Amino acid sequence: MTQHNRLTSGGRIDRSTSMTFTYNGKSYQGYKGDTLASAMLANGIDVVARSFKYSRPRGIVAAGAEEPNAVLQLGATEATQVPNVRATQQELFNGLVSSSTNGWPSVDTDVMGMIGKIGGNMMPPGFYYKTFMFPESLWETYESMIRKAAGMGRAPRETDPDIYDSINQHCDVMVVGAGPAGLAAALTAARGGARVIIADEQNEFGGSLLNSSEPLDGKPAADWVHDVVQELRAFENVTLLPRSTVNGFHDHNFLTVHERRTDHLADIAPAKMVRQRMHRVRAKWVILATGAHERPLVYANNDVPGCMITGAVSAYINRYGVVPGNDLVVMTTNDYGYQAALDWAAAGRKVVAIVDTRSVANGDRVEAARQRGLTIITGSAVIEVQGSKRVTGVSVAALNASGTQIVGSVTKLKADTVASSGGWSPVIHLSCHTGSRPVWSDAVVGFLPGPTLQKQLTAGGINGQYETANALQEGLEAGQQALAKLGLPDVELVLPKVKTLNMAAPMSLFHVPHLKPTSQAPKQFVDYQTDVTAAGIEIACREGFEAIEHVKRYTAMGFGTDQGKLGNINGMAVAAKALNKTIPETGTTVFRPNYTPIAFGAIIGRNCGALFEPERYTAMHKWHVEQGALFEDVGQWKRPWYFPKAGETIQQTLNRECLAVRNAVGILDASTLGKIDIQGKDAREFLGRVYSNAWAKLPVGKCRYGLMCGEDGMVFDDGVTACLGENHFLMTTTTGGAAHVYEWLEIYHQTEWPELEVYFNTVTDHWSTATITGPNSRKLLEELTDGDVSNEAFRFMDWQQITVAGVPARVFRISFTGELSFEINVQANYGMAVWEKLIEAGKKHGLTPYGTETMHILRAEKGFIIAGQDTDGSVHPYDLGMGWCVSNQKPFSYIGKRGMNRSDCVRENRKQLVGLKTKNPKQVIPEGSAAVLDPNGVKPLSIEGHISSSYWSETLGRSIAMGFIKGGLDKMGESVFYPLADGTVIEAEICSPIFFDPKGERQNV
Amino acid sequence: MLHIYCPHCGEYRDEEEFHSVGQAHIARPLDPEACSDEEWGEYLFFRKNPRGLHHELWVHSAGCRKFFNMTRDTQTYEIKEVYKIGEQPTVVVQLQAVSGAQS
Amino acid sequence: MQHYSGFGLLKHSFSHHENWQRVWRNPTPKKKYDVIIIGGGGHGLATAYYLAKEHGITNVAVLEKGHLGGGNACRNTTIVRSNYLWDESAALYEHSMQLWEGLSQELNYNVMFSQRGVYHTCHTLQDMRTNERLVAANRLQGIDNEMVDAEQLQKEIPTLDCSKNARYPIMGASVQRRAGNARHDAVAWGYARAADALGVDLIQNCEVIDMEINDGKITGVKTKQYGMIKADRVGCVVAGNSGVLAKMAGFELPVESHPLQALVSEPIKPFLDTVVMSNHVHGYMSQSDKGDLVIGAGIDGWVGYGQRGSYGIIEHTIQAIVELFPCTSRVRMNRQWGGIVDACPDASPIISETPIKNLFFNCGWGTGGFKGTPGSGNLFAHTLADGKPHPIAEPFSIKRFHTGALIDEHGAAGVAH
Repeated sequence: MTQHNRLTSGGRIDRSTSMTFTYNGKSYQGYKGDTLASAMLANGIDVVARSFKYSRPRGIVAAGAEEPNAVLQLGATEATQVPNVRATQQELFNGLVSSSTNGWPSVDTDVMGMIGKIGGNMMPPGFYYKTFMFPESLWETYESMIRKAAGMGRAPRETDPDIYDSINQHCDVMVVGAGPAGLAAALTAARGGARVIIADEQNEFGGSLLNSSEPLDGKPAADWVHDVVQELRAFENVTLLPRSTVNGFHDHNFLTVHERRTDHLADIAPAKMVRQRMHRVRAKWVILATGAHERPLVYANNDVPGCMITGAVSAYINRYGVVPGNDLVVMTTNDYGYQAALDWAAAGRKVVAIVDTRSVANGDRVEAARQRGLTIITGSAVIEVQGSKRVTGVSVAALNASGTQIVGSVTKLKADTVASSGGWSPVIHLSCHTGSRPVWSDAVVGFLPGPTLQKQLTAGGINGQYETANALQEGLEAGQQALAKLGLPDVELVLPKVKTLNMAAPMSLFHVPHLKPTSQAPKQFVDYQTDVTAAGIEIACREGFEAIEHVKRYTAMGFGTDQGKLGNINGMAVAAKALNKTIPETGTTVFRPNYTPIAFGAIIGRNCGALFEPERYTAMHKWHVEQGALFEDVGQWKRPWYFPKAGETIQQTLNRECLAVRNAVGILDASTLGKIDIQGKDAREFLGRVYSNAWAKLPVGKCRYGLMCGEDGMVFDDGVTACLGENHFLMTTTTGGAAHVYEWLEIYHQTEWPELEVYFNTVTDHWSTATITGPNSRKLLEELTDGDVSNEAFRFMDWQQITVAGVPARVFRISFTGELSFEINVQANYGMAVWEKLIEAGKKHGLTPYGTETMHILRAEKGFIIAGQDTDGSVHPYDLGMGWCVSNQKPFSYIGKRGMNRSDCVRENRKQLVGLKTKNPKQVIPEGSAAVLDPNGVKPLSIEGHISSSYWSETLGRSIAMGFIKGGLDKMGESVFYPLADGTVIEAEICSPIFFDPKGERQNV
Repeated sequence: MLHIYCPHCGEYRDEEEFHSVGQAHIARPLDPEACSDEEWGEYLFFRKNPRGLHHELWVHSAGCRKFFNMTRDTQTYEIKEVYKIGEQPTVVVQLQAVSGAQS
Repeated sequence: MQHYSGFGLLKHSFSHHENWQRVWRNPTPKKKYDVIIIGGGGHGLATAYYLAKEHGITNVAVLEKGHLGGGNACRNTTIVRSNYLWDESAALYEHSMQLWEGLSQELNYNVMFSQRGVYHTCHTLQDMRTNERLVAANRLQGIDNEMVDAEQLQKEIPTLDCSKNARYPIMGASVQRRAGNARHDAVAWGYARAADALGVDLIQNCEVIDMEINDGKITGVKTKQYGMIKADRVGCVVAGNSGVLAKMAGFELPVESHPLQALVSEPIKPFLDTVVMSNHVHGYMSQSDKGDLVIGAGIDGWVGYGQRGSYGIIEHTIQAIVELFPCTSRVRMNRQWGGIVDACPDASPIISETPIKNLFFNCGWGTGGFKGTPGSGNLFAHTLADGKPHPIAEPFSIKRFHTGALIDEHGAAGVAH
């Protein structure tokens, strides 16, 4: 294919570097510097999409972020697919593979288009709310058909091969947009010594100057841009971010800037390059120089390929050397629209006519067109376009002065391109992100940024200043203002000379009337991507959807991936007319982040896959891995779950591990338990306030178990605390609860009881803990210690500072299994060494490593709770049958005391923790099972409680369970029933939760 | 993402280093046992939840781990002041005093 | 009320859709009503509808400060489910679920209630226990909910990463197959249209600025636009503003208002045909009929009425989504927004009498408001009609925060969505 729309010279493309790309399987050529859209237009590709609802053929309308139609699938391989890429923003690279996203069998000959033509009349806005209801049972069928038509592009089915990252940036001035206003602002701020970041979504700086033929200082505008960029580059304190879209303006001057680093190079990022990067910028001042988007006019069949906006026509000619057609009709409400005709004529193609909706046209651009001999038809409009896959002609008719009615006859003109301009809309999106409501300006015929809520300045097109000279001046002033706010010296900047053009006032016209009423005229599109028409908006208003938000939601206007950049204002104007109101009375338009879509990958940066969340390992982790342990995630920790031997089922492993502890000795890595070092003369008093039991008399060298409750009296954590010295304690917490407990202690100390002298520090990672437990544990310890660990010298619930394997150790004689146990704590860097010594020495004693699952079984045999498993935030100590762990003698009303005495907490029949023995000892009740009194009752059944812990106990040769039963502590010996999913019912007897060694003799030996 | 000045560190840091703990100046009753269920319930659960100026308790959890108070507009999210525990706010709604003594 | 049907669409297409009736009137308020409902969101409109439909009370006004359904009704992620843990909540949400079923037909408005299933993925043993407990309880409560293992889950949701490679590998999931999504706007509009047809006055752009309270009894409300409007009873259903209205009435609530954000991707071809929620990695997602991936973000920890939250929450949420669905890394996020949720300490709502006689509050739905819409309206209508709560609503009294009889769904579900 030849690039038959390509000019032989001009533009910012490199004709010596040819690039091949494919679209829908066909190969085409473009040049370096092209966007995918400009290359497609150069090759004469008219149809780039089928519309969402009516399946109408669509072509390229715009040249930037506002493009609604040219939304394509990109990607040469499965893993590199990217859905919904705007061709107008995608730089061309060699080997680019693209395809349209809808249309079957192809975008050119689409079967759905026929259905759209016939059935379209039955699809007014909100039609789906009015149908697909009968019969009720068929909705799912209807919906599956609707869903088949859903979506534009598709997600890849393979994992993303690229990497992304994010970077935190700080600056004095963030300049958004590098057009004339942005460049002037950035240069001023930079010269004044400010730290500046300037970002622009395009590949090169210059903004509107790139698309224009207007000279600066009598030279091409690009020369000035080049000089400014060179100077900015030379500043150490200036960061230039091309290909970077400021996508969100958040609270406290926080901006998210999405930089595309390799999307212009290849399908997949070249080796070692990051595909995209998010700059998380905190700026002292923000200058929005975001420019404006042109509005197309709304007229019949205005979606036929070949209908464009005038600024885009100029951009394709001046920047890319592409004339997107042969015979042009321009329709405009303002002087700017003439530029497209001038550029078109300069490119040597035919301007059929300039149709100006104003009755009088006399600005400088108009004069230029006249002098060039172009046909100007004033007081008229293009009321309808002919053609289906490309414009073939237009109907022109005269309008009345207000543009609301057609007067006179219709003239038909032959043309293949219609460029329309209804004026320009300031790009106020970022200002809206801050929560500022925009305000309508009749002078600008558009919304301007509302009151500034952040430290924000605006310059240029965003203020409705569309002339280059004004934009430059405003940029300079914004830069100076920023310097003044920052307390930096003012600077001089000589702005380039630009010819100021005489401009006639624009006409406020959005929707061009037709001979027929809007409801009967051919479709007049307002929002192309969501197929919203002027008739649709009128229907919505007639039906009572009068708030602009209702109109938008009912019609889906503005809900596309372009977020209505082209259509929203036109839609509001159509609604205003239908409701007989002004645009500002109708409402306002609100934009939300993102300005343009961002890849999920870019938002999350490196925090995915292996770096999604850190894994915490104990010092002995490597050993566990080598032994083939399976791991359980507890918080961020990886804890050994069990240590299977070859050929074992999980139950066989657990049985072996349990019996080893009961009959010989087992070893558990307990390092993950939270540890908080507590010191200070009031530490003891503090413990008494945060635990439910008494701490006043705990002697040095002793340990005690405690329950921690909230002010509501409900248990949230537990653990053993050792008295290391008169004013020194070591508290242990559950593995998952450590951070919460630490903050709990701090908040009470800092905000309620600052008068207490007490200090906390988390020392979880400082210590490695090996728990040896079982009848042989003392024998094992004796081999490795210098201390006397006999029952007489080292009592149950004592701790001692001794050496183990030659390493200083705090050894706690406490037990979570009911067996003789020693918890050996050593400095974490000795952890592995001591562990290996224990393993080695333990061989002859039958030492068996066990994991969390066996730990759970062993403690359940003893009826010990696990906070978080046997508690759920709704149980207090008495519910747990742990009244022994509550001291009401303490002078201070400890946390939880008042709460657990509220009326609901002391009522009869609360759910209480009990043991449960199945009638059939071989049956293990599934954890979570719900108890009922009458298994044959009618649902919904009142639930008596649930099973919180349930295991097979090899030691006891039967199942054991702990669970909650209403009034359970008074129902010992009674039966409850657990109906299971498969229909069976398990009967269990309520009993004490202490199944093994009820007198606790084994731990005392 | 709020930008918060930690009065203990003397620096502005990102919100990510902090978290809010709720309404400030809720003093624990000195004699809980003397509270009725209603009073205890009010202390535990009932909050001002204003639209506008709000005094709230924050902690620099990934920093100095210290708590402090903040006066913030819950509508605009503007932070009016931060002040240490035990201090009183200077920015308040009209002349309305902050109820409940903070120890 | 004009009947909607496919045939009607065909018929109206011949007259270019010029003759559709208004969905609701635009009345000027009367001087006095039997019942005033403050708040024209989904819950308020449903309340009005059931008051008229089930209790024959039609002298009712709904006062809305903006436009109907313009608050959380149009900002949520449209999830409907009833698999709550405690008997009280299960009864409440199941009551709602049963009203959802057949709601389109009842309102003659397609709310697109799509029972495509809601999965809660389990990533730890504790997750498994929590969900097994939930499933067991629901079974006895007569609510469908079942466990599926990771292998089965992978078959049912091919795009979900059920491999062992994940940071927190999925071990299984609970799934309520009757749960799903509905079209949020349609729910508000459908109730509004039906209530209007029964004679209820829907007053938009009418902001309540004060309450007339004498001897502890409410007799009317003062509005910015229409002055005083009298009423025998007043129901307040203003998610995101409950605290403000309570302050007007002179009391505090056990409620805090937080920003809750949500986001959507660009529309993509069918990718996920169900709803997946993970309390462990903190994210949930479904795909709309238009093709957008609809993603719920976490709640900001501070009080905020700005309908904006922190960007960090968005980052964390998308991290979770890509962790669950690695293929979404190159999919692009289109838009984000925020709502204001009124959260109770126990993650259960308040449907209650208040210290002021004849003033009733329905609030504190937290993140559960959308799914509760029909049930909430139905029960609140009963409360307003009878002057005392419906038995299902009774446990949801404000008094529970004094007695301690909380209905704590936090412990049960980690994050209660």
